[in-house]
Amino acid sequence: MSEKQKKATAYWKENLRYLVILLVIWFLVSYGAGILFKDALNNIKLGGFKLGFWFAQQGSIYVFVILIFVYVRLMNKLDKKYGYNEE
Amino acid sequence: MSDVQIWTYVLVALSFGLYIGIAIWSRAGSTKEFYVAGGGVSPLANGMATAADWMSAASFISMAGIISFAGYDGAVYLMGWTGGYVLLALLLAPYLRKFGKFTVPDFIGERYYSKTARVVAVICALIVSFTYVAGQMRGVGIVFSRYLEVDINTGVVIGMVIVLFYAVLGGMKGITYTQVAQYCVLIFAFMVPAIFISIQMTGNPIPQLGFGGTLSDGSGTYLLDKLDGLSTELGFAEYTDGSKSMIDVFAITLALMVGTAGLPHVIVRFFTVKRVRDARKSAGLALLFIAILYTTAPAVAVFARTNLIETVSGKEYDQMPEWFSRWEKTGLIAHEDKNGDGKIQYVASPEVNELTVDRDIMVLANPEIANLPAWVIGLIAAGGLAAALSTAAGLLLVISSSVSHDLIKNVLKPDLSEKAELWTARLSAAVAVVVAGYFGINPPGFVAAVVALAFGLAAASFFPAIILGIFYKKMNREGAISGMIVGLCLMLFYMLKFKFGIFDGGKDAVAGLQESWWFGVSPEGFGTIAMLVNFIVAIAVNKFTPQPPEEVQEIVENIRIPNGAGKASEH
Repeated sequence: MSEKQKKATAYWKENLRYLVILLVIWFLVSYGAGILFKDALNNIKLGGFKLGFWFAQQGSIYVFVILIFVYVRLMNKLDKKYGYNEE
Repeated sequence: MSDVQIWTYVLVALSFGLYIGIAIWSRAGSTKEFYVAGGGVSPLANGMATAADWMSAASFISMAGIISFAGYDGAVYLMGWTGGYVLLALLLAPYLRKFGKFTVPDFIGERYYSKTARVVAVICALIVSFTYVAGQMRGVGIVFSRYLEVDINTGVVIGMVIVLFYAVLGGMKGITYTQVAQYCVLIFAFMVPAIFISIQMTGNPIPQLGFGGTLSDGSGTYLLDKLDGLSTELGFAEYTDGSKSMIDVFAITLALMVGTAGLPHVIVRFFTVKRVRDARKSAGLALLFIAILYTTAPAVAVFARTNLIETVSGKEYDQMPEWFSRWEKTGLIAHEDKNGDGKIQYVASPEVNELTVDRDIMVLANPEIANLPAWVIGLIAAGGLAAALSTAAGLLLVISSSVSHDLIKNVLKPDLSEKAELWTARLSAAVAVVVAGYFGINPPGFVAAVVALAFGLAAASFFPAIILGIFYKKMNREGAISGMIVGLCLMLFYMLKFKFGIFDGGKDAVAGLQESWWFGVSPEGFGTIAMLVNFIVAIAVNKFTPQPPEEVQEIVENIRIPNGAGKASEH
């Protein structure tokens, strides 16, 4: 395998690792907290919100936005590390 | 003319003037400008344009109302229509941008080295986009007729002329910059009444916090507790608790998310930015702009529902405020005094209930119910039109580029010159507007139902083919094509059987078929199952058929690396 290909493979592996971590969080807040464990979480209250309800109608959306911006930062750094960044 | 009408005319005219001005300023001179706005849109502008493209008349007018009546279950739309952007940003947008062509069928056709694959993708894109756009044109007509008291059909025609003007003239470039303006109009129109009402009811100017706060009447009761109490008192399910089964909520949410990520008019927006990193960033900005409306909608839903119950339930019909009789005329709200006591009984039981409310009224009449000034009411019309027009324009562009670029240029007549292709694109956009307008004026009865199912279709067809194309280098054309066809047909079959009752004696049989839903999943959520089947079929067929050629595997390796995207898009 050439040097160039090795670099590309390593970059891709790190990228996949980020994807798995971020998608696990994506799944946990929406399908976990907002759907599967909603009833248990509803016993906890956040101000006037039941927590499961809050995750389903508010919290998961905030987390989605944050996830994408975290991904943008991570990937910009990764691109730089491998010299794939463009100006 | 009333104050409200004057304000509505002024605001709608101003916003239309703005769109036309932008269209003239940004007309397209080449096919690249027509299809992808020249590929030089800034991430911020693309984020706003994507948000406007995405948020349709349904998001603006109907969603808060749907949530208002569904309570917790409304979360399927809130999570489903936002969570898809995470998939889009992480799994699709950067790679498709790097691939650097003009359309989704472009990607499918080249990645799977096959004209058949391209044609299958064009057919999927056309089915999804046409069902969706008819609903938008109808939305334009409805807004016109309710606020400006013109005939619905006249409204559709006015909307057609405006869209025709800037989509045909400006292509993607014109559409992008008008959508930026439309985003600003629609978000302002949505937020202003929401903030006013939040202050009125809870004393908190931020609706997202307000609906979790206490009532401003000094009782110290939480608004949501009060609404839960009112709902159970009248026999409805508790607001913060749903009535759909957990598996169905799960399936619908997933189908909507995956469908969002697979909708061609959304994906194509990411072809318009300059670099791969801009594609990632603009997906984040798009979701941020969308989230502003999507986190406000559930608050509006709670405010509106509480307001409605408190205003009408158990009250004398003669004492109803002015807006009640005004909206009664439009048929959106109706009262039938079943027990003859002169009061309005609004309860869950259908025998006793005397009030029917169309869910759209929750946004349309909300400012009036809350006694807000006339200019705020006028804003709603301008916002609703902005939402419907921006989505319609984005869809029309997908239709026109599928026809002119994918079908005519790449399959039927490859020797078409650049100039001729541009004119073909303009002509197909014009034809698409007329067809969409026709469906807007003569809506097939199933439009509303089909729009929700467009997501299922996108999930069942495009999403697996694109994902496998990027993340599975050895995926071949036989696998992808059979996956798409099986997924699409399965989804269509399930939809026809359980949504339209075609095989069991028509519409009336639909309710009775609920018992036999596969795995307890509704047609709206079935996209999830069809998508899984698509994946399984594709991978299985792939095992028994020849590997993709070496140069295709190189394309895949190439799109995984972000630099050099600018070059790739030179045609």
